[in-house]
Amino acid sequence: MATALVLIPLLPMLSAALLMIFGRRLPQQLVAIIGAGAVALSALCVLSIAQPFLATHQALQVQLWSWMQIGDFSPNFSFYVDGLTLVMMSIITGVGFLIHLYSTEFMQQDDSFSRYFAYLNLFIAAMLILVMADNLLLLYLGWEGVGLCSYLLVGFWYRDPANGAAARKAFIVTRVGDTAMALGLLLLYTELGTLEIQPLMTAANIHWVEGDGLAIVATALLLGGALGKSAQIPLHTWLPDAMAGPTPVSALIHAATMVTAGVYLIARTHELFLLAPPTLIAVALIGLLTALMAAFSALVQQDIKRILAYSTISQIGYMFLGLGVGAWGASVFHLMTHAFFKALLFLAAGAVIHCLHHEHNIFRMGGLRTRLPVVFWSFLIGAAALAALPLTSGFFSKDAILLAAWQAPGIGPLLWLGGLLGALLTAFYSFRLVFIVFFGELQTSPDKQPGWRMALPLALLCLLSLAGGWIGIPVREVFPPQEEQHAGFLVHVISIGIPLLGVWLAYAVYISKQISFQDAAASPRGRRWSQLWLAGWRFDDFYSWLLVRPYQTIARFLRNEPVDRFYDFIAAISLQFNHLLSNLQNGRLRWYATSMIMGLILMLILGMEGAT
Amino acid sequence: MMLWLLIVLLLVGGAFAWLAERRDPNAPRWISLGAIALALFYFLASIANFSSGQLQLVPDASQASTWLMHYRVDWIPRFGIHFELALDGLSLVMVALTLILGGVAVVSSWDEIDYRPGFFHANLLWTLAGVLGVFMALDLFLFFVFWEVMLVPMYLLIAIWGHEQKAYAAMKFFLFTQISGLLMLLAILSLAYMHHSATGEASFSYFDLLGTRTTGTAGFWIMLGFFIAFTVKLPAFPFHTWLPDAHTQAPTAGSVILAGILLKTGAYGLIRFTLPLFPEQSAAFAPVAMTLGITGIIYGAVLAFAQTDFKRLVAYSSVSHMGFVILGIYAWNSLALQGAVMQMLAHGLSTAALFMTAGALQHRLHTRDMRLMGGLWNDMPRMAATAMFFAIASLGLPGMGNFIAEFLVLLGLFEVSPLAAALAALGLISAAIYALIMMQRTFLGSDAETDRQLFDYGPREMSTMAVMMIGLLWLGIYPQAVFDLTQPVLDSLSSFVADAGARP
Repeated sequence: MATALVLIPLLPMLSAALLMIFGRRLPQQLVAIIGAGAVALSALCVLSIAQPFLATHQALQVQLWSWMQIGDFSPNFSFYVDGLTLVMMSIITGVGFLIHLYSTEFMQQDDSFSRYFAYLNLFIAAMLILVMADNLLLLYLGWEGVGLCSYLLVGFWYRDPANGAAARKAFIVTRVGDTAMALGLLLLYTELGTLEIQPLMTAANIHWVEGDGLAIVATALLLGGALGKSAQIPLHTWLPDAMAGPTPVSALIHAATMVTAGVYLIARTHELFLLAPPTLIAVALIGLLTALMAAFSALVQQDIKRILAYSTISQIGYMFLGLGVGAWGASVFHLMTHAFFKALLFLAAGAVIHCLHHEHNIFRMGGLRTRLPVVFWSFLIGAAALAALPLTSGFFSKDAILLAAWQAPGIGPLLWLGGLLGALLTAFYSFRLVFIVFFGELQTSPDKQPGWRMALPLALLCLLSLAGGWIGIPVREVFPPQEEQHAGFLVHVISIGIPLLGVWLAYAVYISKQISFQDAAASPRGRRWSQLWLAGWRFDDFYSWLLVRPYQTIARFLRNEPVDRFYDFIAAISLQFNHLLSNLQNGRLRWYATSMIMGLILMLILGMEGAT
Repeated sequence: MMLWLLIVLLLVGGAFAWLAERRDPNAPRWISLGAIALALFYFLASIANFSSGQLQLVPDASQASTWLMHYRVDWIPRFGIHFELALDGLSLVMVALTLILGGVAVVSSWDEIDYRPGFFHANLLWTLAGVLGVFMALDLFLFFVFWEVMLVPMYLLIAIWGHEQKAYAAMKFFLFTQISGLLMLLAILSLAYMHHSATGEASFSYFDLLGTRTTGTAGFWIMLGFFIAFTVKLPAFPFHTWLPDAHTQAPTAGSVILAGILLKTGAYGLIRFTLPLFPEQSAAFAPVAMTLGITGIIYGAVLAFAQTDFKRLVAYSSVSHMGFVILGIYAWNSLALQGAVMQMLAHGLSTAALFMTAGALQHRLHTRDMRLMGGLWNDMPRMAATAMFFAIASLGLPGMGNFIAEFLVLLGLFEVSPLAAALAALGLISAAIYALIMMQRTFLGSDAETDRQLFDYGPREMSTMAVMMIGLLWLGIYPQAVFDLTQPVLDSLSSFVADAGARP
């Protein structure tokens, strides 16, 4: 069992190393087999440890080696696997494998095929280390590794400088959060004397009472890290640009890895967050705000991947909302169902793009329902789950979060109302996408059909998106027990009805054309708002004004090393002195005679002074 | 092991390289590589002996038994000057780094130097010999001699084999280090004089001077003399301005050993001499030193971002990284000190590799201007991939030694001053900015030219790069091997400082 556990991250890691070193010399098929096969084997290993785990619910621990030991600071390379980890590992390897399989066809024409799979494998390995780490420092290793892989993959097509810019943005924005998180680790170690997660939770509960100032600061710093990786306001701006990478990479970043890291971090350290109620309220409010703002942005985008990107930000916002109201299990559940349907949506979108000569603009698509039936059904199922239509997986998980929000003390009902508004918007924009792309007139006709390696992952993800709501996740031992949720009948009806209303609205606007927003959108105010949403609430402009340009200005100002002016000054003075002295040695006898006599007189005077 | 043999090997090897130049221009290269390899082999063999328990700790070196080897003969008895070398865990890792990077330096300039290769390699080896002496000398006078020995050949390396502005850069390098060296000489003489007045014995021995009580303003000024000498070398803000010029103008091998090893002599001096000799003054001075460190981290990172010259960018990144070393030293606890030592090693490897990349780029493109590069990944995937590795090592990605170093420094510093740690942590963000922009401007992006005929790294370069990559990964994943060596030394130094600080 321990071997299997170690193999889980090791296999993709080894495969990544192998492909990096020898990849370009191997035939493409072998690269595909190694790349996808490593993740498949890793997924099988997860299955093999899941079976005994589900029987006993005993957390597993494996220590590989002592990382370092300086005084009391002794983090290890060791893994800790409980129900939460198992859920994450299943998602990462399971959905990750489907994305790998899909990629073997999607990237067939690319000449950097092996580099792509090397990065993809490394991504999976880093994410697995992140979730399996038993101490926060090892978690941080995975955390930064995930950031690196996103940088490498977003900028995978490096010849376009725009892709490079998007990649750097992804890395640097998340690094801001990571640095906050690193400070959080410093604080936790300094105060509690360990970074091992389980002992740390115990120590926190012993040393801190609820509402302790240090607990609030520490959780706020960890939250900073989570906001960066999970693309929440104010560190969300990298995600819409991150679609510059190949589409399967977007699926990986948005579903199986990366953005779920922040949710995982908070769920993993929830005992710490429970000691800091103000931070929890901030988590809920940031989540709700992000969910709504991103949903508005998604309403007006025209790029198919950008719509999905904003929908991810919005859905992670729901998970944060859930975390903030203490619905840990519901959030992790939503994380899982979201991984299914978001991977499905991105892979389906990738298939559309693949079959339409890299077309991204939804208004140049249309009528694809009959031309790409497999993709259409996949997309429809994905959108239904995203919109949380009844009986899809998204419905169960989102409903659980909304109910928990409703029952949260204090601002709960307000959070619930906000969440409902978000649900309405979500249903509207997802079906706007479906109706525009797959219904109406044919705009661009597809020149190929997805092959089995693309169709099979889509089919499996369809199944999971539909039925995933019935999967029970084994996290009961991980999180504190929650009271049975009793909400009124009306609350249930509303949460079922709202998404349906959104779908109907989209139908009325884009298919039957009963309702039209044309006039509203054309009015000056309407245009201003839609422009604002299109530009993602102008966060980028704001940061450019606040941070980027000042940094560049300072750099430009300092470029020529102002400190050197001081040394130049000393040099100039020395030079002057040199001129002065060398002028004394002018070779004129008269001058020498005069100065000798003057010197003699001076010495005489001084000598007489001394004598008296 | 005979410690002096290491130094003599390199000195003699250098002389042979010089003489062999007339026979065959390739001979100096092989001779230098052979001399360094021999020294490294001899060194490692002795260490291996030690770890298997055959080598005894030297009991008479001092009361503290952290010393592994000791060698001492009279030199100028009248002034109590000895030829005294000793090796402990700290010296050991620095000597190992010096020999490894010395080999890297020779390999990295294999086909770069055509003009008088013999004299070039002689200077290279003599600099290395001086550095080895600095890392092992325990007589302060001898230490000063070695300090000068490593300076002059380095000056010649820059002045003769440098690039466009070599005369300016070499002079600047020489003046900065020479003037600060003079300060150190004055400080050493004053310290020995104080020791003489207190005990009536003339001695320059480290162990004797350690007990000298220096108090009041005199003690402060002597401490400052050492501090400035070492921080100019490190370099710390605001004494760093010689570094970008020297690095940029030096030939590749010069940059490699300058960044990889010579800078570390400054950090080594602070740890070995400044703090143990002047514990009280240093404690009082720590806030100033830390401020300089933090300023250096941020200033260096911003300036690195602003550069268009590849080598200048890497040079400024060194200024930034060395800020962490100062912080680690002046936080003066186990965690931070281990971090500082680790930073010396990791930065040595990663920066040497980046300078080697710069040299390889210049060799192929005849420019260091990044505005004329771009899209080189396409032409030279192996070089680009290795450069990417060292760029992300340099920005402190976990899994590499640099992360361990910076994290430990921050962890140790946080106990002392959370604010300082938070400010220094800004360096993590700005490091990402310059490291990634460097990759973008050179290897990524579109092709600047299309008709380039560029050859990628061959086995010679790849094997050198592989050594440094494995080294960095090893330091990042199992740093304990180094910590085990240095921990006793740092412990005894810090307990010594704590005792001295506790003295009324």
